[in-house]
Amino acid sequence: MKKVLKGIAASDGIAIAKAYRLVDPDLSFSKQTITDVDGEVQKMQDAMDASKAELEIIKSKAKETLGEEEAEVFEAHITILSDPEMIGAINKEISDQKVNGEQALTDVTDQYISMFEAMTDNAYMQERAGDVRDVRKRVLSHLLGVELPNPALINRPVIVVSHDLTPSDTAQLDRKYVKGFITDIGGRTSHSAIMSRTLEIPAVVGSGDATKTINEDDVVIVNGLDGEALVDPTDEEIAKYEKKEQDYLKQKDEWEKLKTAETLSKDGVHHTIAANIGTPQDIQAVLDNGAEGIGLFRSEFLYMNSAELPTEDEQFEAYKSAVSKLDNKPVVVRTMDVGGDKKLPYLPLPAEMNPFMGYRAIRISLDRDDIFRTQLRALLRASNFGNLWIMFPMIATLDEFRAAKAIYNEERQKLIDAGQKVGDIKLGIMIEIPAAAVLADQFAKEVDFMSIGTNDLIGYSMAADRTNERVSYLYQPYNPAILRLIKHVVDSAHKEGKVAAMCGEMAGDQIAVPLLLGMGLDEFSMSATSILKTRLLFKELDSKKAAKLVEKALQAQTNDEVKNMVEEAMDSLK
Amino acid sequence: MEKRDFHVTAETGIHARPATLLVQSASKFNSEVTLQYGDKSVNLKSIMGVMSLGVGQNTDITISAEGDDEKDAIEAISETMKKEGLSE
Repeated sequence: MKKVLKGIAASDGIAIAKAYRLVDPDLSFSKQTITDVDGEVQKMQDAMDASKAELEIIKSKAKETLGEEEAEVFEAHITILSDPEMIGAINKEISDQKVNGEQALTDVTDQYISMFEAMTDNAYMQERAGDVRDVRKRVLSHLLGVELPNPALINRPVIVVSHDLTPSDTAQLDRKYVKGFITDIGGRTSHSAIMSRTLEIPAVVGSGDATKTINEDDVVIVNGLDGEALVDPTDEEIAKYEKKEQDYLKQKDEWEKLKTAETLSKDGVHHTIAANIGTPQDIQAVLDNGAEGIGLFRSEFLYMNSAELPTEDEQFEAYKSAVSKLDNKPVVVRTMDVGGDKKLPYLPLPAEMNPFMGYRAIRISLDRDDIFRTQLRALLRASNFGNLWIMFPMIATLDEFRAAKAIYNEERQKLIDAGQKVGDIKLGIMIEIPAAAVLADQFAKEVDFMSIGTNDLIGYSMAADRTNERVSYLYQPYNPAILRLIKHVVDSAHKEGKVAAMCGEMAGDQIAVPLLLGMGLDEFSMSATSILKTRLLFKELDSKKAAKLVEKALQAQTNDEVKNMVEEAMDSLK
Repeated sequence: MEKRDFHVTAETGIHARPATLLVQSASKFNSEVTLQYGDKSVNLKSIMGVMSLGVGQNTDITISAEGDDEKDAIEAISETMKKEGLSE
C-alpha cells in the first residue's frame, strides 16, 4: 500500500532505496524457570561474545568517523562485557535461581544501574548508568535473537528511518550505503538536518510518524527537495522520481559553474557568501562549494573532542591549518561557546535550571580567563598565516565586549613584547541576544563587525526553544519583529562603516535571502551546500527591488504574511 | 602478595577511560588484583567494581596483586597509572 509522508525538507536531493529502521526493537521477555543451567550459561556467553564482536565493528567505524576519543565509549562497553564480577553474578543467578538469562542479566545490571544512579554527587558516574543500559540492550537483543540496529552495521544501500538522529549516529552514517534518511522529529536547524546537508544526503525530518509507518525493507523515496517521502511507490512513481533526481543533478551542475563566480545580484551589487564550519575537516566542502570565506568557525570541536583542555599549540595548529587553506580569504573564528547543552568532562559546570540562559560562552571565557587567554594566544599566532577574524559569542553588554577586548589586547601586547609577529585581526561579536541587537548602534562604534546568529536570536526573542516540538512553531525567521531587529543591526553597522554579517541558518534560507539582500547585509554565512544555490538566486535578484520589498515586509504583521509576500513577489524581483 | 599505594592526582579521578585502561592492564595477568579505596576493595579486573568506587581527585588508593605474576602485574599497573596521569 502506497503511503505519503509529509515532513520538512532538510537536505536537497532524491533517494530511492529500501528502509533500514534505526529503531530499538522490542526487547521485552518474561521470567522463566529453566532446567538446563549449563545450556543457559552457554547461551549467555554466546550473546556476550556476539555483542563484543558487534561492538568491535562499531568501535572501529567510530574511530574512523568520529576519532579516537569518541570511540572510547565503545571500548568501555567491551570492557563491561568482559567484567568477571558481573559475569560471575549473572551465572550465579542463573544457577541459583534457575531463571532464564534475560532475567538474570536484567537483575544484575539493574543493581549496577541503581548504584550508579545513586551517585548523585557525581554527574559523570550517574551517566555511566546509561552505558550499562546500552550494553544490556545489546546483549538482550542477542539473547532474544533480534537485531539491534546501529548505523555502523549498515552494509547495503538504505534509507535510514529513525525517530531522531544523534550526533554519533550521523557521524557513523556511511555515505556509500546511506542514500537518504527520514526522521519523526526535528526541524531544518536540528542537528540531524544540519548534518544531512554537510554529508549531502537527501533527508526529510519532522515527518511525525515515519517509524510507525515504514517497515523494514519497504521501498522508500525520500524527496528532500519538497520534504516528503513515498512508501511502497508504484513503478511509475519510481520512474517519475528517477527523472526528478536526474533534473536535480543537472541543476546541480549549473550551480557547479558558479563555483568560481563572484556573488553578484542582477544589478551587479557584490555580497560575500561564506560558510559555517564545525571542524577543520569541513574545509574541503567549503572550498568545493566556492565560499568566499568562513563566516563562522565554531571552535568547540577543540574542546569537545578532548579529554582535557586543548593546549595552545593544538589550537594554533588547527587555526593555522584553516586560515592557510583559505588562502587569505577571511576566516571568522568564534571563541569557545560551551555551556548550554555542550558539556565538557574536564570542566565540570554545575547543573543549571536554564542552561541556555546560564553560564556559557563568553561568560565562561571572562570568568575563566586562563582558558580564554590560551585560545586568544593561539589565534593571535595563527593570524600570521592568513586572514583571521575573532568573534565573541553571547555578548549581551558593551562591558563584556570591552572586557574581552582588553584581555585580547593584553595577550597581543605580550606576544609582541616577546618578539612575535601578529597579523591584523578584526574583532567582532555575535548578535544573538536581543539586548545586543537593540543596542547595535552603540556596539557598532567599538566592534569591527557584527554577525547575527539567527537561531539563537530568534530563540531568545521569541522565548522559545526550537528543539521543543510544542513551541517550535515560534521559530519564525520572517516575523517582522525579527526582521526589524536584523535591519537595525545592518543599518547600525553601516552607519559606522562596519561589516554586517549573518551566520545563522537564515542566511541560506531562500525566502530570507531576498529580504537580507534588500537590507544590504554584507556577508551571508551558511552551510557549504547552500552556497551555490544561493549564489544563483542572487544572480536573479535586483537589490533595489528587494529593498522595496523589505519596506513592505517590515510593516507586515505576521511571519506567514511576510512569507507569502516574498513568495508572491519572487518573480517580480527578478 | 605485592602491594603499592598511589595518590590520585588526576583532576577527574578514575573515570571511564583511565578505569578501562587500568582494568585492561590488570586483566592481562593471572594474579588476583585488588583495588582498595577507604574501607572498600574491589576486583581491579571488574570495570563496574572500579567505577562503583567513584575514586576522585586527591585520594589515596592501594593496589595489591596475588599470584604467580604479581610483581609484573603491579609494575604494569603502576606504568598505566603514570601514563594516564592518574598518579605521579
